[in-house]
Amino acid sequence: MHSFHSMLNYFPEEVLEHIFDFLTSHRDRNAVSLVCKSWYAVERFSREKVFVGNCYAISPERLIARFPRVRSLTLKGKPHFADFNLVPNDWGGYVQPWIESIVRGRVNLEELRLKRMLVSDESLELLATFFPNFKSLVLVSCEGFTTDGLAAIASNCRFLRELDLQENEVEDRRGQWLSCFPDSCTSLVSLNFTCLKGEVNLASLERLVARCRNLRSLRVNNAVPLDALQRILAQAPQLVDLGTGSFVHDPDTESYNKLETSMQKCTSITSLSGFLDVSARCLPAVYPICGQLTSLNLSYAPGIYSDELVKLICYCNRLERLLVLDTIGDKGLGVVASSCKELQELRVFLSDVYGIGNTAVTEEGLVAISAGCPKLNSILYFCQQMTNEALIMVAKNCPNFIRFRLCTLNPTVPDAITMQPLDEGFGAIVKSCKDLKRLSISGLLTDQVFLYIGRYAKQLEMLSIAFAGDSDKGMLSVLNGCKKLKKLEIRDCPFGNVALLADMGKYETMRSLWMSSCEVTFGACKTLAQKMPRLNVEIINENDQIEASVDDKQKVEKMYLYRTLVGPRKDAPGFVWTL
Amino acid sequence: MEGYSRKDVGCPQLLDLIPKEKEWLVKSAEETNYGLSEEKKLELRLGPPGGDWTFKQICGPTNESLLSFGFFPNTTAGATTTAPWQHQTKASFFPLMEKESCRIVELQGAEKKAFSPANTAVPNSSSAQKRTAPAPVVGWPPIRSFRKNLANGNSSKLSPESQKDFSKKPIENCPKNKFVKINMDGVPIGRKVDLKAFHSYEKLSSAVDELFRGLLAAQGDSSTNGIKKEVEGEKVISGLLDGSGEYTLVYEDNEGDRMLVGDVPWDMFVSTVKRLRVLKSSELPMLFCGSKPGKLSLDRSI
Repeated sequence: MHSFHSMLNYFPEEVLEHIFDFLTSHRDRNAVSLVCKSWYAVERFSREKVFVGNCYAISPERLIARFPRVRSLTLKGKPHFADFNLVPNDWGGYVQPWIESIVRGRVNLEELRLKRMLVSDESLELLATFFPNFKSLVLVSCEGFTTDGLAAIASNCRFLRELDLQENEVEDRRGQWLSCFPDSCTSLVSLNFTCLKGEVNLASLERLVARCRNLRSLRVNNAVPLDALQRILAQAPQLVDLGTGSFVHDPDTESYNKLETSMQKCTSITSLSGFLDVSARCLPAVYPICGQLTSLNLSYAPGIYSDELVKLICYCNRLERLLVLDTIGDKGLGVVASSCKELQELRVFLSDVYGIGNTAVTEEGLVAISAGCPKLNSILYFCQQMTNEALIMVAKNCPNFIRFRLCTLNPTVPDAITMQPLDEGFGAIVKSCKDLKRLSISGLLTDQVFLYIGRYAKQLEMLSIAFAGDSDKGMLSVLNGCKKLKKLEIRDCPFGNVALLADMGKYETMRSLWMSSCEVTFGACKTLAQKMPRLNVEIINENDQIEASVDDKQKVEKMYLYRTLVGPRKDAPGFVWTL
Repeated sequence: MEGYSRKDVGCPQLLDLIPKEKEWLVKSAEETNYGLSEEKKLELRLGPPGGDWTFKQICGPTNESLLSFGFFPNTTAGATTTAPWQHQTKASFFPLMEKESCRIVELQGAEKKAFSPANTAVPNSSSAQKRTAPAPVVGWPPIRSFRKNLANGNSSKLSPESQKDFSKKPIENCPKNKFVKINMDGVPIGRKVDLKAFHSYEKLSSAVDELFRGLLAAQGDSSTNGIKKEVEGEKVISGLLDGSGEYTLVYEDNEGDRMLVGDVPWDMFVSTVKRLRVLKSSELPMLFCGSKPGKLSLDRSI
């Protein structure tokens, strides 16, 4: 090995760089840069795509200093539990300072991907103004901007290829942002504005689609009616990914017939989504392309019940990814199991979010899927109830899970038949699925399940726990056993100071730890913060202002800690206290 | 902290466990709870009224885990199926139990029909403790706001829960400035002010006076509106905040509503204001009545 290494050192840097070009994953590149100083140097000048999992772990200045040629930046802001209203809106995650630094650093930014960040119109305007080569903007679960910001992007980014807005909260300013794409813009490959609530100028949209001959992915919003969709499809039969707008129309009309015809001509569509507003009677228009679909998202479609869903899905024999609401029912899942043999990913969401009604899926549906779909490797399943027996069977049928996320409507529900905790079921999952990277557990769970997780889930990177466990032993099992753990998020569990402080160094090997409504006290958090200067230990206290003299024995409501190279952040709002 | 155990399970779970018994349990809960002392409430047993049954006796061999849902001390610390419940001496335990009992009562009140095991949510109990499932627990089930808003059937409005937790307003980035537009009746050109530069309503008010005094005077010459006093030079714009002047300051907030300036603390105002307008006080009839309403339902043509 030594001689090999020295051999490589005789190669000119260009050759090394060329070799590194084949490394696309940031993990591989991170590994390579640790080998030796010269490899570090070559790698850092050649890295164009940088991934920052926590925007507060590093500063934009240091990032640009290390990777001056960065062209694509991915940033993540708020912790995951922010999705569920556990983190106040203005906790942080502002993209503005990053953009300002990138402007100052004269970086030639072409791609920006943000998740759970606060994005302002000003940020978007800066992007549009200073990056003439800007090509791709992907915003996921972000907020803080309006359609004015989008207008700036549309107007100024002459070579824009991708504008992908996923589940953002965007204020509609009724400014016709889409009409701001100039006639000279023909470069769009991907346009997704499903999450926008306002109207767009339909004529502008149609013209835009007509002139962007490379358009592969188009996802419109609810304000685009079915007849407009038909005209769009007629112009863009080359689409690969389609998100429908409002899919409601009288099927006995010429518009609808035209849609059927246009849809049939779209022989390249492999991914279908949208349906935020849909009438079951219109679904047959989609049947002709079902056989080509590899990805289908019906999870925004209310009011489509099991029978109609099934009629559609039974044609989707090539489906690899399916997102549905639990209205599909166990029976419907049975049909999925027998029709979709290529299925890899399944997500079953709750249809009745606020109500107290039953969900229509139980452990039976899950077992059926596992039995029928041997390639299944990723699942998110909201269900009424679960049993150990079912989970054990699922573990046996599908040892290839990479992601396994189960959510019972009642977070502490026991095995529906035996009334036992669900420890054994989840234990079977982690034991069988040796490549499991992400796990969310729910139901009645004791310390035992954590013993299993610590013992078997050796590849686990992300674990979400709620209302589980009996004692610190639970959390300790996980911290000790899961060597590759990156993100741990815990709420409402009896884990306290002993667990928190047992292995403080562990947290520097992880991206972050979230603990809310647990048993950790201020004193312990302060101790941790003191001993570990490369961690930011943040206490979020929404109700009262942070007092200087807080009793050490007082329990902390919400704690979020993460490793960082740049110390406490300067933009923390009043209710966030970095210890 | 070792050995701490606490498990919060809502009362519907209790009823889940003994579906056959649910009718009389319901009754028993009512009977034991109504008008009884605190101790009695804490001694809620799962058994037929009047009987001294324990959980074990009701449910037979699979009792160990069932005990895990009970409220009473469980001394089987060495059990293999660990009963998560262990006797609590912490003060917090008892208030918890009280709330549980109350919840049973409320539940019975709200649900006249036989309790179904699938019913997992408790209708709005006022003392909904966060940890206790399945009462409306913040963030459970874990569904993104985006989906919740869809499920609510609201495509254009925010769901009540998300509004409660935080308002979805366009966030100013690192809040160094906050420039908002300000227009004045009778002046065709608007201005922009940086609200972060002021720290009180008074300062804002005097800034408005400075900004528009000259412009207003210039307009006065070409005004075609009624009879104007032939005041030479510039007139001070005063009384913007209390309705006493010729003009009044209003603003549009993040929800699109027009509001009188001055009701809320300054910081809150700065965080919710979107634009300002200086209106002629004569256009606000309510002011003449001497009342200062919170919201004006004027049209939004700011």
